[in-house]
Amino acid sequence: MTHTPSFRLARGGRLIDRARQIPFRFDGRHLRGLQGDTLASALLANGQMMMGRSFKYHRPRGPLASGAEEPNALFGLGQGGRFEPNQRATTTALLSGMVMQSQNCWPSLDADIGAVNGWLSPMFPAGFYYKTFIHPRAFWKHLFEPVIRHSAGLGRAPSDPDPDRYEQAYAHTETVVVGGGIAGLTAAREAARAGGRVLVLEQGPVWGGRTPVDHRDGQARIEALLADLGARPNVTLRRNCMATGLYDHGYLLAREALADHDPDQGIPRQRLWRIRARQVVTATGALERPLSFAMNDVPGVMLASAVRDFILDYGVAPGRRLVVVTNNDDAYRTALIAQEAGLEVAAIIDARPRAGGDLAQAARAANIPVLTGTGIARVRGGRHVEGVIHCDQSGEGRPTGAIDCDVVAMSGGWSPVVHLYSHCGGKLIWDEAEAMFRPDPARPPLGADGQGNVTATGAANGDLRCAGDLERAEDATMPVWCMPQNAPYKLRSKMWLDFQNDVKVSDVQLAAREGYASVEHTKRYTTLGMATDQGKLSNINGLAVLSEALSQPIPQTGTTTFRPPYTPLTLATIAADARGDAFQPLRRTPIHDWHARNGAAWEPVGQWRRPYSYPRAGEDRHAAVNREILAVRKGVGTLDASTLGKIVVRGPDAGRFLDMLYTNMMSTLPVGKCRYGLMCSENGFLMDDGVVARLTEDSWLCHTTTGGAERIHGHMEDWLQCEWWDWQVYTANLTEQYAQIAVAGPKARALLERLPGSIDLSQQALPFMQWAEGEVAGIPARIYRISFSGELSYEIAVPAGRGLDLWERLHEAGHDMGITPYGTEAMHVMRAEKGFIMIGDETDGTIIPQDLGLGWAISKKKADYIGKRAQSRSFMTDRARWQLVGLESLDGRVIPDGAYAVDAGSNANGQRKMQGRVTSSYHSPTLDRPIAMALVRHGPERMGQVLDFPLPSGEVMQGRICDPVFYDREGGRLNG
Amino acid sequence: MADALATITRRDGFGMVTIRADLDRSGDAIAEAAGLAIPGVTRITSDGSRSLGWMSPDELLLILPAAETGAAIAALTGALTGEHALVVDVSDARAVFDLTGPHAGDVIAKLSPADLDALPADGLRRSRAAQTAAAFWRIEGGFRLIGFRSTAQYLDLILRNAALPGSQLAPR
Repeated sequence: MTHTPSFRLARGGRLIDRARQIPFRFDGRHLRGLQGDTLASALLANGQMMMGRSFKYHRPRGPLASGAEEPNALFGLGQGGRFEPNQRATTTALLSGMVMQSQNCWPSLDADIGAVNGWLSPMFPAGFYYKTFIHPRAFWKHLFEPVIRHSAGLGRAPSDPDPDRYEQAYAHTETVVVGGGIAGLTAAREAARAGGRVLVLEQGPVWGGRTPVDHRDGQARIEALLADLGARPNVTLRRNCMATGLYDHGYLLAREALADHDPDQGIPRQRLWRIRARQVVTATGALERPLSFAMNDVPGVMLASAVRDFILDYGVAPGRRLVVVTNNDDAYRTALIAQEAGLEVAAIIDARPRAGGDLAQAARAANIPVLTGTGIARVRGGRHVEGVIHCDQSGEGRPTGAIDCDVVAMSGGWSPVVHLYSHCGGKLIWDEAEAMFRPDPARPPLGADGQGNVTATGAANGDLRCAGDLERAEDATMPVWCMPQNAPYKLRSKMWLDFQNDVKVSDVQLAAREGYASVEHTKRYTTLGMATDQGKLSNINGLAVLSEALSQPIPQTGTTTFRPPYTPLTLATIAADARGDAFQPLRRTPIHDWHARNGAAWEPVGQWRRPYSYPRAGEDRHAAVNREILAVRKGVGTLDASTLGKIVVRGPDAGRFLDMLYTNMMSTLPVGKCRYGLMCSENGFLMDDGVVARLTEDSWLCHTTTGGAERIHGHMEDWLQCEWWDWQVYTANLTEQYAQIAVAGPKARALLERLPGSIDLSQQALPFMQWAEGEVAGIPARIYRISFSGELSYEIAVPAGRGLDLWERLHEAGHDMGITPYGTEAMHVMRAEKGFIMIGDETDGTIIPQDLGLGWAISKKKADYIGKRAQSRSFMTDRARWQLVGLESLDGRVIPDGAYAVDAGSNANGQRKMQGRVTSSYHSPTLDRPIAMALVRHGPERMGQVLDFPLPSGEVMQGRICDPVFYDREGGRLNG
Repeated sequence: MADALATITRRDGFGMVTIRADLDRSGDAIAEAAGLAIPGVTRITSDGSRSLGWMSPDELLLILPAAETGAAIAALTGALTGEHALVVDVSDARAVFDLTGPHAGDVIAKLSPADLDALPADGLRRSRAAQTAAAFWRIEGGFRLIGFRSTAQYLDLILRNAALPGSQLAPR
């Protein structure tokens, strides 16, 4: 094979440029292709018919098709991060210096050890894995699965990150036409004439579909249509754009290849289009079906249409001597075109009893032997077709003769490409005359108005004769699902249906005998249609075989579900720009850069990054937390609290609105004062907490948790817009308008008094839970005397743009006081030392305020609040609900957060009973011992009792129930 | 190397005021205080210096030179005395970008599902840019886009990525 003369024809090849040669390497050989070649056509031109090995039996395989439906000629292309498995040689443009790897073979394509599976193929029937690897149980996990995993999968995944860029874009159009063949372009012209934007997508680089190949005047007709469309301002023609999936409401995804051929040019390699279309026209053409005869997978057996594509599009002869086998007239074109190109056409084997159409007559006139009522009993050859043995189609395969050839061009008829039509609910009908499923125009996918919004046209609609009058005179296709009709097992077990997954006629028949009646079950049992080609060639043939085996009509069997994508879509295209720094929005506070400059160890909080702590040289993040806490407890520290939600609520009904949202009374809060409040869901569960400040007679400012800002604002608007639409309340989320800085510690007041300001910070003028407005360091500010640390604390809100300024002024002024920035973990530990709950730690969506000893924050006077009714239900008032307590570790070690306290006995499932769990657990640097909070059954009544907390290691830790307030129970430190 | 699809410029110096009110009852008072006509639904009115955008059936956004913000808030608050209304300063909550150049629309089309062909000359579209909230409207030579302050760096990054030279959306 190494020195085979060129199979490039002297003439022809509408897509190639003979002046531009492209050198490339394949399996160590230096080869030459031409500009315009696909990888497949270039390899064929060099006589390389074998392009891969099959997945299960490692049988030698050559290209079957010339387009996106190709199941065999798959390569791993590229290197490193650009390596891509399973790339179809038939749709991959040949590039200079291309690097490719053969798949499913070792050590090489030519000498593959796995081919031994093929000799053992009788041992690998359908369902082999299911039947074989069941017992003994443990063998599955430790032996069978690893071995199967190692050998499974077509191609392998790349190991490096993809270095290329990808992007997405949105498009809106009245009509999108999928398919740039004669039917699509004609439909586009009609749509364009009717008005509105028209977008035409063609999956390949060339317009026209099959028409230029199959019709002498085809190219001219396509060019005329393109000229017409190109002159219309409302038409966009987009090539290299594969429509991969159609979803509800005319939402179409399509992948545009921008720089697949040259990823180094600096533009995105691919673009994912997200298209909204009022009407979708699928003009996706049809796929030719293989015929099922023995050894139909030997390299050199190809679809008849592919053979003439290679001849006319690329000037490549797939072989020297051709046999055509068919059940329809269309394949006669291949014989005529091949003969005209100088190939020898040994015979046309036609399964039909008669062949009298125009094309058949033309073949006979060209002295091509036509054998009617005949089928192929078997293909001769292993790595390459050497000939065929023919037989009566109606018989059992007794040879009637032999013909030498090196290519078999087969055609089992055509199947419309109904994928997009089916993706979002369009139904199919069985067309007896053409033996195919085609879109049912009476049951199209529906748009938002209940009207059909997808129309199929041309061959995609089953109109296989849309391209011209010539087809109108063709003889009918005769369904042939098995060749010969009564082939014995020996032949059927060599008839491939699914070439990629090595599923044969005998496998589907076995499945039927074993009771698989549903096509979906049969698919999964046999793996028919489950490879990367998703059964484009095997689906119809497989379900026809199943129908015959079940003795039921094909429409009763039906098809498997067509799911997106039509052809595989790389994950990089779906992720597009959302990778690296753009993976997610990273929200930054106005003081973010200062934190970064000062060594913050970050903690993600929603999309925010907050400083967890600020480790200094020689410190780890935990040592930094301890230092920060002691600095606050003994001096003064600052926390960037800008991420806290800040929602202003204003209006005549704002008071009663807040009384409904919070469990306690907010309407009675005097102007100038603050109150801590809890918010529950309708189901009674605690969902957020925070301090509310009354700003004026009719306005309040509600602080939420960092993660709650958008959610609680939405919650408020939901109730205002949907339930209490007649209440006069306006809200605005001002979270990002303000930077907020907590200044906490016994020296907080002394520090703030060093800054010029207009606000009296004395205990008398600004006591705990009050706020004041004025200027701090020349910056307009609102100061809240609120404390989450238990220390004297001022939270200062200033316009976000001034936040960094204030922070830096505080640190300048407090330098000699040892002012210390502290992070979220110090905040967490300090609040736990004080026994304050944290949403997300003490709550998990199943906790009500009553569980947390927060009954004092629930108004008994109010008639109603959101969650009140739920909290009165029996299981909410159950005294056995786990309640908040403190825990003291008995051995001085920190009990792990989340550890469960076990109870005596087992439940109905044989699981150990539980009586509580740890919700927060820290080492307290203030007390120099571990502290923890826990939810425990009857906890508050069990002070002093010891609970067991078994750890995953088997060790049991013990904790004694105590009061959850570990530090400054009297609260004297709040005032400095 | 070709030019970027659009010039992306972070803009400072804008004041922004959120106005919530019954626009039927208080439209005239707001218009007089703001110095601009009340915009139609999904529109924005402008006098070259100030703009007034329709944000929702009971919400407007006044965009003006930062120095005029305080006075505008006082004027609006005064004009709405006795009415149920909310006037708040949101100047610091926002980040503003100008996208200018012949392909500025392509940059928007890569990030927002909005249909720019359906955006009139005086249209204001509340939408998103990739994964974050954004609104935009047409200005001389392109678009002005506003988003949240905390996502300014993200917005800057995705806008520049979308404006990558050579990546225009026109079929090639």
